[in-house]
Amino acid sequence: MDARDALEATGVAVRVAGDEDEVAGVRPRWVALPESAEEIAAVMRVCAAHDLAAVATGGGTKLHWGAPPKRCDVLVDLCCMNRVPEHAADDLVVRAQAGVTVEALARALAEGGQELALDVPVPGSTIGGLLATGIAGPRAFRHGTARDLLIGVTVVLADGTIAKSGGKVVKNVAGYDLGKLFTGSYGTLGIIADATFRLHPLPAARAWVTATVERPVTETPGTWTDEDGLTFETLRTDLAGSLATMVPAVTESPLEPSAVEMDWPDAEGPCTVAVLVEGAAAAERAKALCALMGGALSDAQVTEEPPPWWGRLPELPARGGPPGTGGGGDGGEILLELRNAPSRLAETLFGFLDAARVTGFRAALRGSLAAHVLHVALPPDTDPALVAGFTSQLRAGLGEEARVVVLAAPAEAARRLDRWGHVGALPLMRRVKERFDPDRRLSPGRFAGGI
Amino acid sequence: MPELGPLTERLAAALPPDAVVTDPVRLRTYECDGLTHHRATPGVVVLPETAEQVAAVVRLCAEHGVPFVARGSGTGLSGGALPRTDGVLIVTSRMRRIVEIDIPNRRAVVEPGVTNLAITEAVRDQGYYYAPDPSSQQVCSIGGNVAENSGGAHCLKYGFTVNHVLAAEIVTPDGDIVELSAMDPGYDLLGAFIGSEGTLGIATRITVRLSRAPEAVTTVLAAFTGIEAGGRAVSAIIAAGVVPAAIEMMDALAIEAAEAAVHCRYPAGAGAVLVVELDGPRAEVEHQFAAVERICHDSGAFEIRVAASAEERAAIWKGRKSAFAAVGRISPAYIVQDGVVPRTALPRVLAGIDRLQEEYGIRVANVFHAGDGNLHPLVLFDDSVPGEAERAETVSGRILDLCVEHGGSITGEHGVGVDKARYMPRMFTDDDLGTMQLLRCAFDPRGLANPGKIFPTPRLCGEAPGVRKGAHPLVEAGLAEQF
Repeated sequence: MDARDALEATGVAVRVAGDEDEVAGVRPRWVALPESAEEIAAVMRVCAAHDLAAVATGGGTKLHWGAPPKRCDVLVDLCCMNRVPEHAADDLVVRAQAGVTVEALARALAEGGQELALDVPVPGSTIGGLLATGIAGPRAFRHGTARDLLIGVTVVLADGTIAKSGGKVVKNVAGYDLGKLFTGSYGTLGIIADATFRLHPLPAARAWVTATVERPVTETPGTWTDEDGLTFETLRTDLAGSLATMVPAVTESPLEPSAVEMDWPDAEGPCTVAVLVEGAAAAERAKALCALMGGALSDAQVTEEPPPWWGRLPELPARGGPPGTGGGGDGGEILLELRNAPSRLAETLFGFLDAARVTGFRAALRGSLAAHVLHVALPPDTDPALVAGFTSQLRAGLGEEARVVVLAAPAEAARRLDRWGHVGALPLMRRVKERFDPDRRLSPGRFAGGI
Repeated sequence: MPELGPLTERLAAALPPDAVVTDPVRLRTYECDGLTHHRATPGVVVLPETAEQVAAVVRLCAEHGVPFVARGSGTGLSGGALPRTDGVLIVTSRMRRIVEIDIPNRRAVVEPGVTNLAITEAVRDQGYYYAPDPSSQQVCSIGGNVAENSGGAHCLKYGFTVNHVLAAEIVTPDGDIVELSAMDPGYDLLGAFIGSEGTLGIATRITVRLSRAPEAVTTVLAAFTGIEAGGRAVSAIIAAGVVPAAIEMMDALAIEAAEAAVHCRYPAGAGAVLVVELDGPRAEVEHQFAAVERICHDSGAFEIRVAASAEERAAIWKGRKSAFAAVGRISPAYIVQDGVVPRTALPRVLAGIDRLQEEYGIRVANVFHAGDGNLHPLVLFDDSVPGEAERAETVSGRILDLCVEHGGSITGEHGVGVDKARYMPRMFTDDDLGTMQLLRCAFDPRGLANPGKIFPTPRLCGEAPGVRKGAHPLVEAGLAEQF
């Protein structure tokens, strides 16, 4: 039996792949649409028998993230795995299949007055996709990221083994936590079939405080004299005093904001800071925070709705292109993730500004000033060489502890740069990959170091 | 069993003069952890002072094919630090430095032997604390907390050790020093390492997250005539959208024991008491307190006390925190069990425990983290009565069956260790356990790091993938399975 017949024989729906099924520019031969963990396992067993490589996809919203797979024969599309088999509302726990979108899950949970406290920043993302990429949003500061809310997982390995870890109780230390291992694995260890999360009650109320910082970083010409008495012209950079004092005052405030976000859409212009307060007495606490911020920023105000950019990744349109054409799976997205220690906010923003010069200030930054994970977008038509230059400039500017990962970049740009930067435990990760997928059939090459 | 003499000589050469213990009397002091009915005198004990020394010890163990077990303060309740008579026990008690306190970044860097409470004490004046608070926090070590993924009464709101560790330097079973960091992209190896009970390596330096002390804390003690009413109150509090920092419950027998031991003066005639702690911004806590008070009242509480000061709060907690030791006052011997059920299954599971008490003639005192369904039944018995210890052991095991039947777990915070490895197949299939052990094989292909813990049947890892050899001698001897 040839591979196609064997795939058909599993009873799983299979179709021939088209252009729209490309994974970071690599076109699979077939698309399989399993409806259960057992069906994923059947597909994987055929892949094992016929030496086919497989890549899993959910909403396809981040399929262009990560390196292109070294090979891809079967795209395992989990869109049919869109059920929520169990919502134990009184236990604040939900189990969802991997293909459920975060929006559909949110709707189902809201009926019970609950939520999964993850602000997934990419609309249309599925549970499996958010786990595989480990993407998080503003309230990571309060609730942690997917790995902190995940309490159980079912995965299918390359050889078709179905395995689960954790369970449906929040407090549980029986056995290794495979869910953590699979978080951020980019599909390279196995296919996530379903996941169980702890939930939170929907907050009684929410309020935002927003304020504008005219110039987040100031540059003043000055002079500098070296030890031999020679004087040089320099540019002195300072973090805006308002930001330097306000950010720690807000994040450490006993008023306990849930998120502190910044949007800096144009490196030459102003930025907006927005703070979320939720729970009982949210409005009252927001007013107190507003007063706190107002000392530094005169236009601080309380709003009942978030600013339009809240909880979304930054986007920049191509030169002359309409807004909104920069992001999403159009293949042109250029998106970087920066992590740094909170106390290094100044270095982070100087680093961004310096790097932005490389692209002629066509760079946008958005993200958390509290959890200190920020995203940077460049326009899709940025010269590939400049993307590489921007990335290395950023890495150089942010300091040793920082991590700069290129989440998405067009192939031409990606070839010229190191997507992942420093990955501390890479040799161990490689050994984990070798054990879970010794024949390298799952998303081969998509992660760092060829994993 | 490999002869330890040659290894011991090399350990002595690699470590400071007094860091290798071979005296049989001193070795005996390490024969068990907090679970005292499992005992084994370690072959050799080492007391390293640095990560490099730990790495040197582990490398020598690897070279000689000798198993090693790490031990912190020895307070664990699952025999996770049970030594090997044919192995080396690596004790971290000399690694007690708080390396750095970094308030602007809300973190502290500590060595593994530092006690849990020492971190909070070091930062309390600055308005911060370390959130996970296992009952043994005055003595238990952070290294042990990392190994066990320790929780505590307040993990209902704040999570476990894994949610509060930002990075860990570990010594792998090969003896390499590797940094696992939450900052790194890719597999969350840090998250997988935490709670791996010493089977993936030894943490030698841990970066923990510091939490801001809440503006307000309110502790409420509510007394009910019975467990059912207390349970109703717990469900209603959660249903009202309140996430307390802690909700603890004790039944009549546990109250009786605590009263006998520490005179906690809980309301007379209580069939159950509930301790509810609320914390956060003052305005929020006030709001939540009003809801909790009303719910307790509506659920039939006949007395509600509110701590007006830190002393009163401590008094309320005293009874709860002393409960384990206190049952020693009402029973010659007891087993501390640790199981978890979905909160909504609590009434059914407690009824099941009642039936077990009747069936076996064994008393069970119930103390539990009611908010997250984590039960600590204390199974009481008299070891001088023939057969009673065995019946208590049976009851203890059947309580775990009840937990699993109701969709729960065999351990919420004490770990699997050596004690519960045999129960793992009740929760997990062979495929589940085999897959978990792939991770073990990646870190420790020779199975030298704390062998015999967690997994009922060790998985032989084979050589690095691609290299195949004949049947393993242990397989031929019928002692292990090759997957």
